[in-house]
Amino acid sequence: MSPIVTLFKRELRSYFATPVAYVFIVIFLLLSGAFTFYLGGFYERGQADLEPFFNFHPWLYLFLVPAVAMRLWAEERKSGTIELLLTLPITMWQAVLGKFLAAWAFIGIGLALTFPIWITVNYLGDPDNGVIFTSYLGSLLMAGAFLAIGSCISAATRNQVIAFILTVVVCFLFLLAGYPLVLNFFRALFSQGVVDSISGLSFLTHFDAISKGVIDLRDLIYFILAIGFWLYANAVVIDLKKAD
Amino acid sequence: MIETSQLTKRYGDLTAVDGISFKVETGQVLGFLGPNGAGKSTTMKMIAGFLAPSAGSATVCGYDVENQPIEAKRAVGYLPEGAPSYGEMMPLAFLEFIADVRGLTGEHRRRRLDDAIERLHLESVLAQPIDTLSKGFKRRLGLAQAILHNPPVLILDEPTDGLDPNQKHEVRTLINAMARNKIIVISTHILEEVHAVCNRAIIIADGKLLADATPAELEARSRYHMAVSLTAPNPGAAREALARIPDIATIEVDPQDHRLTAFPREGRQIFTAVSDALKAQGIAVSELQLEAGRLDEVFRAITQPHVQEVRA
Repeated sequence: MSPIVTLFKRELRSYFATPVAYVFIVIFLLLSGAFTFYLGGFYERGQADLEPFFNFHPWLYLFLVPAVAMRLWAEERKSGTIELLLTLPITMWQAVLGKFLAAWAFIGIGLALTFPIWITVNYLGDPDNGVIFTSYLGSLLMAGAFLAIGSCISAATRNQVIAFILTVVVCFLFLLAGYPLVLNFFRALFSQGVVDSISGLSFLTHFDAISKGVIDLRDLIYFILAIGFWLYANAVVIDLKKAD
Repeated sequence: MIETSQLTKRYGDLTAVDGISFKVETGQVLGFLGPNGAGKSTTMKMIAGFLAPSAGSATVCGYDVENQPIEAKRAVGYLPEGAPSYGEMMPLAFLEFIADVRGLTGEHRRRRLDDAIERLHLESVLAQPIDTLSKGFKRRLGLAQAILHNPPVLILDEPTDGLDPNQKHEVRTLINAMARNKIIVISTHILEEVHAVCNRAIIIADGKLLADATPAELEARSRYHMAVSLTAPNPGAAREALARIPDIATIEVDPQDHRLTAFPREGRQIFTAVSDALKAQGIAVSELQLEAGRLDEVFRAITQPHVQEVRA
């Protein structure tokens, strides 16, 4: 059995060994439901789609994903188990990926448990299930990107609160990278070319495209690259910081 | 075999380990001694493959820890300082996790698990969250994890820290039992442990290797080596009798229990002379002992040079 699989199983099991998993899943389901029906006006819109459901995912993830990510490496460093883990015969990549994939799968389980709303909308009307499927895919990819950011930042500190707050801030910047709030700030500092590149990094823009049912390879690749980049940074940060 | 060559670790301006070279062969139990912060743990972390050396190299069973990290790590069982483990797990699940990562399978895996659990007496706590275990059990679980794959090299950072005297004894017995066909490196600041388990000791201070010898050789460096100590009901008379022996250089009296210690002149044996002199003059003694040397005194002399200067 590959060490990644072994590590993945241990990590995933550890979520459910503590109340963390149940608190996260219950809160995620409650909030996503509340947002969809009250803020999103699911019934009032009179349309058989899940747009009001997916529209709030970026904002839910903004707080919930950092809460999952903050413990990933900060806790290993604080408890000293990082020393145990990294002296086992596994590579840094296997360690980073095993932990990341477990956390991602855990969020995926939360996301999968929203399935009743998919059933509901099919019961009420005749939605485009292809769009709903790609929206779920986009949502999961975006969660993965948030998680990779959080995993990297979590490796930089042994304090989980700091990891949480910094991750929320960085995720917020990436989320709104295409919007004036962030762009005006950078416009004052950089040339238009740089500002355009920054706006291209926006999670929200790419997520919106996927959740409209348009699977553009570029949007998928964007999220996969973002995950890859942050996980690479994660491995570098662990190497740099493991001594202290 | 473990071999380090000019092994060095720097943190910015601070040199934690400064050019340490040594070689350990199978069958040796090497004790790392040194004050806190001397660089013992850092050296062990580099050999175990956790920290990368800033300069120099370390090889384990022929594998360079930097260039062939996976092979080197396979050969090592490592107990990190403080015996960390995943608090929310049960000991059995934890050991199974280690077994799986170490690639143990089938019957062999089950036998190794049983063996480690039995050697460290973990049977009673297998299904209890690690967070709720006592310090002693956590330490033993860390040891079980280290010996699980029956590695040729064991690196144990303070293996008996936090154990009660009985548990200490058990762990030392365990180390002795495994010593013959393994390399075992332990760090400790309990000097009696060096006697109990090590056949070689390295003293490190300020990141430098200051002494590398057997415990007996270290003791021979003590000024107490070959000295004779005795307790007599009448210390005054005993002292007078000893003062007439020509081979005795100085006599010291412990201010608390009035125990006499006679130090020989360079290279002389005085035990027989002392015992004969006492017998000849009919001086009763309740205890008479030939000192092998005191490790704690040697340790202080080596690691705190300025203390020695004051004494001289």
